[in-house]
Amino acid sequence: MSDEKTLDLLEAKIQELRELNKKDGIDLSNEILRLETKLESLRAEFYANLSDWERVKIARHPKRPYALDYLEAMFTDFYELHGDRLVGDDRALLVGLARLDGQPVAVLAQQKGRSTEENKERLFGMARPQGYRKARRAMALAERFSFPVVSLIDTPGAYPGLEAEAGNIGGAIAENLLAMARLRVPIVAAVIGEGGSGGALAIGVADRVVMLENSIYSVISPEGAAAILWKEKEKTQEAARSLNLTAPRLLELGVIDEVLPEPPGGAHRDFQRMAGLLKQSLVRHLAEIGTLPIADLLAARYRRYRSAGRYRTLSDR
Amino acid sequence: MAIFKDRNYLRVNLDKDADESLWMRCKSCGELVFKRRVRENSNICPHCGEYFFLTARERIESLIDEGTFKDISKPIVDADPLGFQDTKPYLQRVAEAQEATGLPSAIIIASAAVAGIPIVLGVMDFRFIGGSMGSVMGEQISYAMEEAIGRRCPFVLISSSGGARIQEGIFSLLQMAKTAAVRACLAEERLPFISIMTYPTTAGVQASIASLGDVIIAEKGAMIGFAGPRVIQNTISEQLPANYQTDSFAYQHGFIDRVANREDLRQELGKILGFFVEAR
Repeated sequence: MSDEKTLDLLEAKIQELRELNKKDGIDLSNEILRLETKLESLRAEFYANLSDWERVKIARHPKRPYALDYLEAMFTDFYELHGDRLVGDDRALLVGLARLDGQPVAVLAQQKGRSTEENKERLFGMARPQGYRKARRAMALAERFSFPVVSLIDTPGAYPGLEAEAGNIGGAIAENLLAMARLRVPIVAAVIGEGGSGGALAIGVADRVVMLENSIYSVISPEGAAAILWKEKEKTQEAARSLNLTAPRLLELGVIDEVLPEPPGGAHRDFQRMAGLLKQSLVRHLAEIGTLPIADLLAARYRRYRSAGRYRTLSDR
Repeated sequence: MAIFKDRNYLRVNLDKDADESLWMRCKSCGELVFKRRVRENSNICPHCGEYFFLTARERIESLIDEGTFKDISKPIVDADPLGFQDTKPYLQRVAEAQEATGLPSAIIIASAAVAGIPIVLGVMDFRFIGGSMGSVMGEQISYAMEEAIGRRCPFVLISSSGGARIQEGIFSLLQMAKTAAVRACLAEERLPFISIMTYPTTAGVQASIASLGDVIIAEKGAMIGFAGPRVIQNTISEQLPANYQTDSFAYQHGFIDRVANREDLRQELGKILGFFVEAR
């Protein structure tokens, strides 16, 4: 079984042969074709048998498309709104208005940085209280003007730092959960990369929740679970498996509504196709729930969350 | 243990268990103190004032009017939706916690009265897997708020929890949204929710139901916050102040309304409830 590195290496070798073919006029086309076929079958085999930990790595892949990539590809007229009106503007959680298929929507989007420089600003997609409070402001705006909310989730978690704690990040998350439970507009959330715990849920209470095939959604990172439960870093892969954090598994468990298939190798391998699929899905879900009377929509959302959880009922004495 | 076999759901009562030892040593001042004195003193060292840990049962006893306690918890216990196994299988961990605490789960839901005011009360027990919130706790808290609505009385929650029950994965995360959703109903019904944070009220519990009280009171000595000091130091190696995530930190930064001494909590609770409801 090959790993991703081997596949990349093979791809680079094929590229070398192609250049040799062109430059020196040596006919290698048969060899190249053979290797390409081999690469495709290896890649298909690899991505059909991904372990949960390998999916975690794809969800965190440095080339993975981020929220702004999707915003640009799926929406027109994204008009960003800034600031929580209290302490500042969070660059890890963006909000704004945009059009999806012509319809105005309010957007909440967690954004990771591509470069070290950008991550200084975006804190690797980890929002602080000002981010969650800005999101809540955007929710209120959406409700006031009947804009549906589209939420793009991609965060390792809420920002763990002294400033965030002093700003009551837990309280900010809690307030969002409360607000979203009762927000009088349709909400569709999509996990496009990492759905990291409360930091993700704080913009993820929705009427429909979809996930890209290689995205993850979990109560804690595999690393965190390994450290707390096993007290061994080496158990990270086992923790990843135990947490049941992959999109296909979460669909089986009935906690999300749809898994959007990714191109072999991940969303970054064919971004336009991925963005197209996600857009279609968002448009379809919004169309389905957009026609419901708001009371019915809220009742259905309430039932969705009220019934969340699994336990055993015993007969009472 | 036999008492947790199906069809035999244990309800908690406040009758004192026979206690084999009469004396205990205070871990703070080292003084040998008479156990009964400690108990009668809300588990506070009569010598130095150190707060000893309170079980859910002891907590209830220290807060409510005598003779008003009734365990109304739903007869539910933890399932194992993910087949989770870390260093031991999840349900074995649960069974051990049940045996050690004599409780069916990490929370007791009760009807009671404080200063003559009927309330529905939820009290977490930290001994039960760190008081962590899984599906059972989320359901019990939700049910408790529905009971409060049905009885038209206030809801009081005493938190003592490290956060979400990791072993239930996404289901435990969703309890944060679930309890928040039911809390919205309580607000719409104009019924008060008093949240009392004790040692510890952190992570998934602090970032959901515990922070959504109409009034939030911390017990002196509480630990309150989202990300633990180790997480912060491991992630961003930041120096933390000595009072990090203490009751005074939460108070100074405005997370909570008040800090109360343990021995004053009962009176404080009665006082607040009195603004919302007439005693019967």
